[in-house]
Amino acid sequence: MASSIVQFDDVRKTYQMGLVIVEALRGVSFGIEPGDYISIMGPSGCGKSTLLNLLGCLDRPTSGRYLLGSEDVSQMSDDALSSVRGARLGFVFQSYNLIQQLSVLENIEIPLYYQGRPEAESRATALALASRVGLEARIEHKPFELSGGQQQRVAIARALVNDPLVILADEPTGNLDSTSGKEILRLFDELNRQGKTLIMVTHDNSVAEHARRAIRLRDGLIESDVRR
Amino acid sequence: MSAANPTGLFEGLLHDLSIVRLKRTVRLGIKSLWLHRLRSLLTVLGIVFGVCSVIAMLAIGEGASYQAQENIKSLGSQNIILKSVKPPEEQKVSDKGSQSYVMQYGVTYKDVKNIRATIPGVTVVMPSRLIREYAWNISRRVDCEMVGTVPWYPEMRNHRVAQGRFFTETDMEGRANVCVLSAEVVSALFPLEAPLGRHIRVGGNYYQVIGVMEPRGPDVKGDEKQDTSKTTGKYLYLPLETIKLRYGEVLMRRRTGSFEAERIQLHEVTVKVHSLEDVASVADAIKQTLEHNHKKKDYDIVVPLELLRRAEDTKRIFNIVLGSIAAISLLVGGIGIMNIMLASVTERTREIGIRRALGARRHDIVLQFLVETVLLSGAGGVIGVLLGVAIPFVVTWTAGMKTIITFWSPILAFTISGLVGVVFGIYPAIRAAQMDPVEALRHE
Repeated sequence: MASSIVQFDDVRKTYQMGLVIVEALRGVSFGIEPGDYISIMGPSGCGKSTLLNLLGCLDRPTSGRYLLGSEDVSQMSDDALSSVRGARLGFVFQSYNLIQQLSVLENIEIPLYYQGRPEAESRATALALASRVGLEARIEHKPFELSGGQQQRVAIARALVNDPLVILADEPTGNLDSTSGKEILRLFDELNRQGKTLIMVTHDNSVAEHARRAIRLRDGLIESDVRR
Repeated sequence: MSAANPTGLFEGLLHDLSIVRLKRTVRLGIKSLWLHRLRSLLTVLGIVFGVCSVIAMLAIGEGASYQAQENIKSLGSQNIILKSVKPPEEQKVSDKGSQSYVMQYGVTYKDVKNIRATIPGVTVVMPSRLIREYAWNISRRVDCEMVGTVPWYPEMRNHRVAQGRFFTETDMEGRANVCVLSAEVVSALFPLEAPLGRHIRVGGNYYQVIGVMEPRGPDVKGDEKQDTSKTTGKYLYLPLETIKLRYGEVLMRRRTGSFEAERIQLHEVTVKVHSLEDVASVADAIKQTLEHNHKKKDYDIVVPLELLRRAEDTKRIFNIVLGSIAAISLLVGGIGIMNIMLASVTERTREIGIRRALGARRHDIVLQFLVETVLLSGAGGVIGVLLGVAIPFVVTWTAGMKTIITFWSPILAFTISGLVGVVFGIYPAIRAAQMDPVEALRHE
């Protein structure tokens, strides 16, 4: 598994909630190869969100090692983690999480903005991605002027703009009607075919079926890891 | 998650700061503020009023004190002015109305001689007499004060002749019937014609108008008791010798049922001192000389330099008071801004979470909110400066008060409002930056 771009080695995460110590992850190990398409499933409280936060470098594991690319990100400083998020990860959220006062194009540009890329270059990249997700006619619109499906496509374009190692999607179809949901999943399939590595957290079996590998969590441990 | 230390935060901020980045952050900030136009406007009102009132009040205060100082300066800061004053006891006697009593008081020719002879460092001594009379131009009448004085009056009092000339030594020696009018008298007696060369009648005598003085502000009197009622600014300047010839030393004033007679040799004497440093000591010496020769306190010594210093002191106190009011209002304005920014940070928790997830470091968030606060207070400062510069004009226009906007007051007020933005923006910005991205993203 030398070619893994994501490598978890016995990752644990415990939270202190008042007097109780909650063990959200109790030793999780797995690796992900480039170009893979993974779904993470499990009942609520199983540690899905914690795993996603760790994968997304939004949080640090209590113990264990997380290699992203070839870097150990498990004990990086806050600033360094921010840079890693901005440069190597793409996020797609259930509730789109677009910034309301910015236009579609500006929303897509955000990750490049925080990496300090020149404005003209960012603009060109964002434009290309807007047309790739079929929103070239809407680049000056504000998020609230778009439908849910369109908003999620903006979010996907934003997740692609920094050419990430891994795209993390948290229930990407959770807020969408079935037609828009299918559209988004089709987009994901297409991206994966083009070589993007996707990790998708979901509780919907029909959504998880799009993935080639399904990881199931239960009580902070991997219950099953099946490749289709 | 390590506890972020603010110092590290600002190091990062400074390290990362570039003009391009700042420009983009400013643009972003304007967009966010524009989204809540009304709220932004209300937020900065405190700063607007603070800045505006500082500039306007400073301008009005500056104008008032400038005028006061100009008036004092027009008396001549190297001058010492002696005035004849009716002593209090004599006033009582005259109230009883003793008919044959002739009051004798005031500064005398002897005093002038003494001062000239005994006090060193005194150049010109300018005696003058004041007599209140009606002046006529055919049927126009004005109640004015005749000033009998010496030819060097204009230079001593920094009062220039606007048209024609002042009278000369020759006029003085010849006791010529000539007079110079103050601007106020001209407007009363000669509203339409040119006064030069014309004659005016005072009492039974005619005097030729040979000059007109420049207009000047209201008098500064050392003693507020003096009547400033009708004759304010209305002066006829005549040669002292002419006045002496025409009126003598005894002044008769008719009253209902009685006469009032006063013997006054000189109403006013102006002493010019060589150098400014000597003014105080010469004033003391004059005081001693006069005390020696006058049994009663029938004179008053006005030292314009002292008045000037007093006016400057008053101005300094005024500025301190203004400064504290300004500081308080800007403080209140700043707290208002901080309050709104804290609310805004809470409201935008999710946006902060999104930005953090997409690669924003803590100091990026600090910069964003700090720039917004500074933009707010800066905009408030600009509006305040504009209003503050406009208000003095309105005051001058409506109330006729002189106002002076010193060039540094808008700059100072604007700089302070900017600083208020930084100071009161830091805390909300740090609060925003220290949010945990996971928590922030979960925030509804």
